[in-house]
Amino acid sequence: MIEFLNSIQNSLIYKNFFLVLSGLDNTILLLFISLPLGFVLALLFALGRVSKIRFLSRTITSYIFVIRGTPLLVQIYLIYFGLGSVKFIRESFLWYALKEPFWCGVIALTINTVAYGAEIFRGGIQSIEKSQVESGLSLGFGKFLLLRKIILPIAIRKVLPSYGNELILMVKATSLVSLTTYMEMTGIARKIMAKTFAPVEAFIAAGILYLFLNFLMVQFVKYLEWKYNPHLRLNN
Amino acid sequence: MFKFEKLIFGDAGWGDEFLIATLMTLLVSILSMGLGLFLAIITVWAKIIQNRITRFIANFYTTVIRGVPELLVIYLIFFGGNTVVMSIAKAFGYNKYIELNALTIATIAIAVISATYSSEVLRASYLAISKGQIEAARALGMNKFSIFFKVISPQVIRHALPGIGNVWQITLKDTSLISVTGLVEIMRQSRISSNVEHSPLTFLITAAILYLCLTTISGRVFKTLEVNYSKGFST
Repeated sequence: MIEFLNSIQNSLIYKNFFLVLSGLDNTILLLFISLPLGFVLALLFALGRVSKIRFLSRTITSYIFVIRGTPLLVQIYLIYFGLGSVKFIRESFLWYALKEPFWCGVIALTINTVAYGAEIFRGGIQSIEKSQVESGLSLGFGKFLLLRKIILPIAIRKVLPSYGNELILMVKATSLVSLTTYMEMTGIARKIMAKTFAPVEAFIAAGILYLFLNFLMVQFVKYLEWKYNPHLRLNN
Repeated sequence: MFKFEKLIFGDAGWGDEFLIATLMTLLVSILSMGLGLFLAIITVWAKIIQNRITRFIANFYTTVIRGVPELLVIYLIFFGGNTVVMSIAKAFGYNKYIELNALTIATIAIAVISATYSSEVLRASYLAISKGQIEAARALGMNKFSIFFKVISPQVIRHALPGIGNVWQITLKDTSLISVTGLVEIMRQSRISSNVEHSPLTFLITAAILYLCLTTISGRVFKTLEVNYSKGFST
């Protein structure tokens, strides 16, 4: 038994696991900033997208079109390598953020998730029945109150499954930030591979951690769905 | 900032290189989409026949690949693929060094990812076919193959086309990750050019525009196909 445990402890996957684990906090840090920011901005963008101000909705539509039509990798590279090569950006205050791979990653991930999220929320907002809004209006709700008490709760509840999907895609998307030399889990796994020449062990260790992270995310979304759909619960 | 003169065709610019790179991206996307659909059909088949083992394997495959970043899958297949292929070859008594070329690895890696998405789409559209159709076909005495090709496939295609269009867009965008394996597609080409010319902004914007064109045009193509396949059904 002890021999068996020793052999596990000496195995490469076990060692790599803890090495890769040290990158978990960097991955989570990326998510902790870009997900809440992306959520709030996506809501605002969705409202702008359905608003009657033509200019605003058109601008947001084309923003969504461009971001959804290009790979995230292009966006990350554009922000990290592209913007860094422009002289007046390097001399401006923006450079304090853009010289760090971490902030480039955060900006790129946020820009990306806002576009996808806004489209999801737009679907939710537009699927609200007119009668709900009308009954709110007849009760004398103002625009803001209507938004806060009727439109947003119903819209968010409706889009939770697809927004949950987007959250999982975001967890996976953080791995791309490793290509800008930021050392999160994929970056560390790659470094291990370069050192030990054992690619399978290194990437399996990272894969297990990503699966675990996504598992947590799924549970979180399930909890939210349970919380925001009290009328669908079987037994209270 | 944006240097148009770097993008002319011929030796002075990178236009022709980018054209070839775009064709390479398209080639990888089409090949891996095709292979992915093939894998997806097998996965769906494994899920819908009443067999615990195949269903477990198929579920394990889709859950794991969908839960792990695409980049990690590509790294694993790119760096680990040779080892696996060589050990399989060894089992058959072939001891020489085998190296898979970048295009093969890229196609396999993207196909493995795209198949998980396609399989979900195909499964949902298979389940959307009413049982009565298959029973009616059986009552007419059709065998399994003609039921599959004449009753199931045409309807699955119609139901699945919008979803498959989405998977195609995802696959197209995922091919940008293949640049890490050294295959010269749009992304890799833009990195090479910007390293030579020291102007990343120009070439990255070019890459973005090329991807945007590809996704937009293929989106149109899928729209046309959808209209074509849903003839006789009010949409």
